[in-house]
Amino acid sequence: MADPKTFNIEDFVPRDGQERPRYSAKDFDGDVDPSRDDFNEGLTLPDINTQPMFINIGPTHPATHGTFRVYCQLDGETVEKAGVDIGYLHRGFEKIVEIKQYNQVIPYTDRLNYCSGLTNNVGYCKAVERMMGLEVPPRAIMIRVIIMEIQRIMDHMICCGANIVDIGALTNFWYFFNAREKLNDLLEALTGARLTYSYTRVGGLAWDLPDGWRDNVKTVLKGIPKAIADVRGLTQKNRIFQDRTRGVGVISQEDAMSFGWTGPTLRATGADLDLRKVQPYYGYENFDFDIPVGVNGDVFDRILCRIEEMDESLKIIHQAIDMIPDGPVIVDDKNVVLPPKQKVHTSMEALINHFKLVIEGVKPAPGRIYDAIETPNGELGFYIISDGSGHPYRIKVRPPCFYAMNTLKFLIEGGMVADIVAILGGLNVIAGELDR
Amino acid sequence: MADKQSTQHDAIVTALKSRFGEGIIDVDRAFGDCTFVVSKSAVHDVLAHLKDDHGFNMLMDMAGVDCMNLPSYRERFELNYMLYSVPNNVRVRVEVPVPELDMDVPTATDLWKSANWAEREAFEMFGFNFVGHPCLKRLLTHHEFKGHPLRKDYPVMAGQWCSSTSDMTEELNEPK
Amino acid sequence: MINPVTKDETGIITTRLDDMVRWGRKNSLWPLPFGTACCAIEFMGVVSSDFDISRFGAELVRFSPRQSDVILVAGTINYKLAPVLKRIYDQVPEPKYVISMGACACSGGFYDNYATVQGIEQFIPVDVFIPGCPPRPEAILDAILKLQERIAKEPVTKRGVPRRHEVVDKFRDNQD
Repeated sequence: MADPKTFNIEDFVPRDGQERPRYSAKDFDGDVDPSRDDFNEGLTLPDINTQPMFINIGPTHPATHGTFRVYCQLDGETVEKAGVDIGYLHRGFEKIVEIKQYNQVIPYTDRLNYCSGLTNNVGYCKAVERMMGLEVPPRAIMIRVIIMEIQRIMDHMICCGANIVDIGALTNFWYFFNAREKLNDLLEALTGARLTYSYTRVGGLAWDLPDGWRDNVKTVLKGIPKAIADVRGLTQKNRIFQDRTRGVGVISQEDAMSFGWTGPTLRATGADLDLRKVQPYYGYENFDFDIPVGVNGDVFDRILCRIEEMDESLKIIHQAIDMIPDGPVIVDDKNVVLPPKQKVHTSMEALINHFKLVIEGVKPAPGRIYDAIETPNGELGFYIISDGSGHPYRIKVRPPCFYAMNTLKFLIEGGMVADIVAILGGLNVIAGELDR
Repeated sequence: MADKQSTQHDAIVTALKSRFGEGIIDVDRAFGDCTFVVSKSAVHDVLAHLKDDHGFNMLMDMAGVDCMNLPSYRERFELNYMLYSVPNNVRVRVEVPVPELDMDVPTATDLWKSANWAEREAFEMFGFNFVGHPCLKRLLTHHEFKGHPLRKDYPVMAGQWCSSTSDMTEELNEPK
Repeated sequence: MINPVTKDETGIITTRLDDMVRWGRKNSLWPLPFGTACCAIEFMGVVSSDFDISRFGAELVRFSPRQSDVILVAGTINYKLAPVLKRIYDQVPEPKYVISMGACACSGGFYDNYATVQGIEQFIPVDVFIPGCPPRPEAILDAILKLQERIAKEPVTKRGVPRRHEVVDKFRDNQD
């Protein structure tokens, strides 16, 4: 060993511009000299017969939002192979709706993407109304647009909050959650429920807005940009956040389309496909808003797309809240809508009408329809087959995150374990929708 | 927008009818949608033609249907493909009647990667056998489940207990 | 003084000690949120500052079963997830408590079909049931308080053992 009294670290550490000092073998007491060109050759470890390690991430795991299982074969920290196992929240939606009536299906649709239940309600009712040819009143349409956009903000808050928590930044979650609680108070005043609203009915809405709700919305919306700005300030230019998310989980636009991606995850790859712009419904063509589109298709772009979409939703709500027309909130059709309670108790026809609607339900004509809506997660489609009775014959739900989960194996193989968590958060996998 | 879509539908209908003739059993235009009923033997060619020549680059969804309790049907089962074309912004649906005794259907995974899990789910719920699928296994129900739950003769409330979690070697080694 | 459940003789010192142990247990319940569905989002709302579960000592959510006291089953349990829940329940060390949150965990909810277990009491003994779909955060806090009241009265050793054996045996018989 070198003599401690004469040992000088500066002899071994080259300073800028200085040439590396040449050591001789005697400085290392017989060990190999690091300045030799074949330094690494002598030091390669012989193959010590490593075995791959198999670990399970899930089904219950703090970082998987929803119950599913990712089974990985690891070599150190690198994922060599992965397999995804879903179905841990399969509740048999498609079987049980065959014995319910059309209006009784609405609470089941709430629980599909439970972070934005009203959007699912509206999507389902829109499909049934299109099949029946019902003309929903303009007031109901405008209220539906407003509540869908509020839900879009809430869903993105949960998704981005949870995603950023998994990367390690906990504070943003609380900023988003506090803002979300205030929005939730608005929807609780309107519908009566905190998470599973079931506010729409086939033909319109269940009841009208309470007094003063519009002013409450305007007041609450004043506080949302601050929450978004807080989170942006903490993450967007943060070096750690960028290292964890840039270049992670990259997918090309063609691959994403072939895998069936829709929503902000597809827009992060560069495609500006948003059903509100390309196949507009409910008057979205009259609003002035943009579609944020990403560049690289990595996790950073996905999170940023969602945060930008929250700003665009705020724009839409500000425009829509002043444009709500007056009028009824549900269609005026005896075969579809329950008569008012006062009439039921006083008039025979209304009583029989009420009885028939409750016992037999709404009866669309036989036919099939596929209708889609742009939810915060992507395109949620309902394929409904009616055989003329009050029970749907078949309802197939097209869940947006099912197709994103299909891709997970493709995205994580070859990466590190820590990237799995970042990628999963970016895909916004809600198990209720994935497994139905 | 609806008129533009219906003219595009007209063009696709004429193109498919002239090319496939008797492979296209029927065309349905209800509710502004365009639905082709295609025979099982021609379905892969029709889908490939739609993807390559008409720009249908996204398979939105695949739905299986058990038509047993409908008033009229062609075969007991049916498979529906929901297609969407991003460049042309047009939707199309392809329906394939599948008889109960011969449920082999050619897979669409070579055309669209989204067909991978969609076909697994259709197999699990109805029993379609997709020929050429890389890993046709159960997806949503547990590995000890017997039967195909969405068939009309499977009782709604017949639950089956599961005693263990599944071994995932097959999914692990599935080619990418 | 005779303990009514275990029929042991207890003296004045051991009762004071028991009271202290019970006080410690009830005021530091560390939950394991076994959250599957919508109720998990409500649980996240309870942990947040508006409703604040940490006033009752239950702030530290521990996702490892070895470090937690109470399993809070929030959400639908289906037959695929049942063996997983059973295994995690077995891994929690004594004294352990189970809170079943939401209609789906209590009785299957409105999913009375082939996929959903009709209540987790079919295979795990439950201490507190919280009805609701989803239950309000105040209801969850009330459940924690009721559980604390229960812990304040129970014997410090040998809690609930005969009942647990009968539930576990019923599950084992259901398997075949």
